[in-house]
Amino acid sequence: MRLLVSLLLCLCIPMTWAADANAPKLDIGKGGHCVRDPQWMRKNHMHLLIHQRDETVRKGIRDDQVSMKNCVDCHASLKDNSVIARDDSFCVGCHRYEAVKIDCFECHSSKRQTALAMKDEK
Amino acid sequence: MSDTDAQRRQFLKTSLGAAAVAIAPGMLLFETARGNTEAASSKVRWGMLIDTAQCTQGCNDCVTACNKENGLSGGTAPTDSQWIRKIDLKDISSGHELSLPMMCQHCAEPPCVDVCPTAASFKRADGIVLVDRHRCIGCRYCMMACPYKARSFVHEPLTDQKPDVPRGKGTVESCTLCVQRIDKGQQPACAEACKNKAILFGNLNDENSEIAKKVRSVVSVQVRADLQLNTGIRYQGL
Ligand code: SF4
Ligand code: SF4
Repeated sequence: MRLLVSLLLCLCIPMTWAADANAPKLDIGKGGHCVRDPQWMRKNHMHLLIHQRDETVRKGIRDDQVSMKNCVDCHASLKDNSVIARDDSFCVGCHRYEAVKIDCFECHSSKRQTALAMKDEK
Repeated sequence: MSDTDAQRRQFLKTSLGAAAVAIAPGMLLFETARGNTEAASSKVRWGMLIDTAQCTQGCNDCVTACNKENGLSGGTAPTDSQWIRKIDLKDISSGHELSLPMMCQHCAEPPCVDVCPTAASFKRADGIVLVDRHRCIGCRYCMMACPYKARSFVHEPLTDQKPDVPRGKGTVESCTLCVQRIDKGQQPACAEACKNKAILFGNLNDENSEIAKKVRSVVSVQVRADLQLNTGIRYQGL
């Protein structure tokens, strides 16, 4: 019984989140299934990133799936290929809402790679 | 905290636990990692042998390729980043002239790493010396310590960096031997771009590699060998 209630509640959390009138409405880009469940990602994506950055930079382990490049590739807007360009862009939208400054994109590319490659060829 | 609050918390905790269990089987599908999941190994020592006789004066192909690969502006002012530069040398007594590429020498005993107060400068297991920009505080000790003037400081905000080469204001940078390419099994951009094959790249520790064989058979020198830094970049005919 407890399990059932818990499961019901799990389903409800995202719904209440979506129902909050002030919650950011994000342009999730391609979206689809993330590398983890979305609710988990909302809470923990920074732990994934910080772990992966040490693995990649310092040890040379390049797991494409949890790479910054992969995040941007899926979540950049389909309109402008960016995760930070507009108020509802994937990263900026939430971060403004939560008042957490991100400086990832002072160094990392905020644009979808495929779009950049096309620009290069022109 | 009221009783109701405590109950709610407990309730939330259990439901989150249940969520993890419920999702786990599905998650496994997405757990399979892609890309290069092997760490750099100390069995490898990446290095280069530069044949100065093959390097033509005025040719800048390696520099151009480096700038393109790593998203550098190509400017040569003191405040512009230069990861590799062409140097013209002249022996005054004989008049013999040489032109050669010069970059981070990927020292085995790197002074830049010794002096870095934050451990941002570090040597990877396979001998590549890098700056971890997540830690670099821009103090520039490493720039002063490097005998080869290999490092640059990023003075201005940057935009449109390459997805594979994050770079940003307030940090130090230098030649990375194109780690992003090496980790995929490719050659550094400069080595690939040189028409005259003046830059030979490979694993110095593998006695059957082309570079190891050549280092055994020809005379090559390290620049400022007296400093005993055991550089990964060697020059032939210097
Ligand atoms: S050449 Fe300079 S930057 Fe490169 S490893 Fe040696 S000391 Fe460090
Ligand atoms: S500038 Fe950065 S990499 Fe260089 S010594 Fe200071 S913290 Fe280390």
